[in-house]
This record gives sequence, structure tokens and C-alpha cells, in this order.
Amino acid sequence: MHDISAGQIFVSAVLANNFVLAMFLGLCPFLGVSGRLNTAAPMGAATTFVMLVASLCAYGLNWLVVHFDLEFLRLISYIVVIASAVQLVEMVMKKYSPALFRALGIYLPLITTNCAVLGVALFQTAREYSFIQSLTFAAGAGAGFTLALVLMAGLRERLNLARVPNVVQGTALSLMLAGLLSLAFMGFAGLGAGE
Amino acid sequence: MELPGQTQLSHMEEFMEGIWKQNPVFVMVLGMCPVLAVSVSAVNSLSMGIATTFVLVCSTLLVSLIRKLVPKEVRIATYIVIIATFVTVVDYLIQAISLAVYEALGAFIQLIVVNCIILGRAEAHASKNPPLRTVVNALGMGLGFTLGLFALGSVREILGAGKLFGLSLFGPDFQPWVVMVLPPGGFFVLGAWLLLFNWLKNSKVEGALVKPLEGHHHA
Repeated sequence: MHDISAGQIFVSAVLANNFVLAMFLGLCPFLGVSGRLNTAAPMGAATTFVMLVASLCAYGLNWLVVHFDLEFLRLISYIVVIASAVQLVEMVMKKYSPALFRALGIYLPLITTNCAVLGVALFQTAREYSFIQSLTFAAGAGAGFTLALVLMAGLRERLNLARVPNVVQGTALSLMLAGLLSLAFMGFAGLGAGE
Repeated sequence: MELPGQTQLSHMEEFMEGIWKQNPVFVMVLGMCPVLAVSVSAVNSLSMGIATTFVLVCSTLLVSLIRKLVPKEVRIATYIVIIATFVTVVDYLIQAISLAVYEALGAFIQLIVVNCIILGRAEAHASKNPPLRTVVNALGMGLGFTLGLFALGSVREILGAGKLFGLSLFGPDFQPWVVMVLPPGGFFVLGAWLLLFNWLKNSKVEGALVKPLEGHHHA
């Protein structure tokens, strides 16, 4: 996996293999926070930041566990590092933007259990990305996550104004919308680096 | 969890909770990432369901056993480390049992760590209940999760590949509905299932509303 350029990895992670719409990672915040545009974008930014930190740490940790022959500790060390990174973001956000902190509510600490973040760390390890490749992959994954979140929030804001039958309201409708978005993103298949 | 005056659920009710009333997939809509990603075939769904149930039962049991020893401030971190330990065990187990399944599920086995159902159960149930009750509840939840996964996986395999458990159902002339095994199909099938349950619930509520009115009219 060393012959893939950073640009290819980035494009692939944003569009062709979008984390949310093609790989089903990070669906909880995707369905939970995508109700309004002004919370969707900061949520995307916070998640992207955590992804970058997690990717950076995971690269170092992976080197450590391989070096000391402790591969069975890989998963545990990853999750602990991610949890600490989320705690950091939470503290910074609480200090500098309390309003946003309240708006994101429970979904902020839940970034820890966002599979997209752990997914970044696990996939970059499994694909043996180099340092630069790992960082671009994390940036691409974050950008893709934010893109999906913002698109979905835009759609749902519009949908609030529409008359929708009672039966479809709620999660069922969000899932159908996500399906249509995912269908649209299938058009990017083959762009950038494949699996 | 127990409020004064609230009757405690029997073990049977505790078990059924996860299967029907609080089904993790269809009612709580939790842990959707593995559900949608893995449910391309019935076999994958079942293996994922069993793996998740194993982690769920083991980690909630342990959490319940040590629930009085863990300080409140570090409980979430403790739970996550416990869950990650059992996921590592499952990861190696599956690798030893079937390499084919391991490759089909890929990173999603390790991603069981961040399945919200497990942490949710540890926090909402296991940290407040004795071990036996917790295990019963976790078994029900795990079974409910597996059923949900299977409902999704079988529909997607039947429509998307014309097969169930790898056996061809409709003969050689069947044109598979390929989109069903692709990512959008996961969203569509789960959406359709939720739609069905919503519709059933709505018609039940309407039925309950209509009946007393009719009685009144006749009187």
C-alpha cells in the first residue's frame, strides 16, 4: 500500500469510500446531529480534529506495540487514546464556546464511541499506511464525514417544511434519505484509490 | 434504576425486554454501523450477532460484578477497557474458528468496541443491577440484536443475490437486485423495516382509539 499517493487516499476517503455513506461508520451522530445545519458543521469539525489526533497517536502506538510485540494490546490502547482526545476537545470547547458545547450535548462525549474515529485508526493500521498517508486518510475521512453530515442537515431542514405522512416520520425517513444520498455517492465509485 | 413503588421486572420480562419492547435495532436504533455494514448476507449477520452477544454478556457481567468497586468518575473509561478486552478475545477466537468469517467481517469485529449498545447497557443496566439479572437482560438484548441483524441480512441476501445462506432460491434466471447488497440497500432495507413497525404501531393506536368511540355511538 505504499504506492498510493496522498491525493488519491484523500479523494477516496471523501467521495468514493465516504465513511458514512459507503462504509457505514459514524452513523449515530450522522442520524442524531444532522437535524440542523448550525450544529452539523461544528460537530463535523470536532470529529475531524479527534480523527487527526487519533490517527497521529495510533501511528505512534502501532509502532510501539509492534516493537514490543504486544499486538493484543493494540485495540485497548487505541480506544484509551481516543477517549482522552475527546476529553481534551470537550474541555477546550467548554472553555471557548459554551453555547456550542450545550448545543452538541451528549453527542460530544459520544465521539469516543464514534466508530468512524476508531475506524480511521484501525483501517490505517490494517492497510499499513505511512505517516503522511495516515494523516491524509484521517483528514479525508473527517472531511467526508463533515460533508455527509452537512448535506444531510440541509436536506432535513428543507424536509421540516414539507408535509410528510405520520408513518414515515423520524428515523425511517432519515434512513431513506441517507439511502438516496448513498446512492448518489455510488456515482463516485472507482475515484481515487480503491480498497 | 428501581424507583420506590415501581415493581421489579421478573427475569422473563427482563429477557423479553431486549427482544421486543426495547429491541436495539428496531426500537432504540442503536449500534447501526455494524448492522448496516455487515448485513449483506445471512451468515455474516448471524456471526456478527453472536460475537456481539458474547461481548455484551461477558462485559456486562463483569461490570455488574465490580459495580460497587468502581469510582463514579472513571466508570466509563473502566467499562471501555473491559469491553475492549473482551473484543480482543472475540477477535482472536473468530480468527481461530473461521478465517473466512474473519475476513468477511474485517474491521467490524474490532469495531464492536464502539457499539453503543454495549456501553449503553453497561451504563444503564449493569452498573445498577445484580449479576444474574444483568446477564439475563444482556442475553435478551444480544438475541434481539442478532434477530434484527438477521432480519436485515436475510432480506438483503434474498433480494440482492437471490440466495439465503448461500443457497440459490429462485433458480438461474433470477436477476439479482444488486443495489440491495450495496451500501444504499442497507439504508433502504432498514428504513423499510422501521416503516413497517411504525405502521403496525400506528394502526394499533388508531384501532384502540376507534373502538371505544364505536361503543359510545352504539350506546
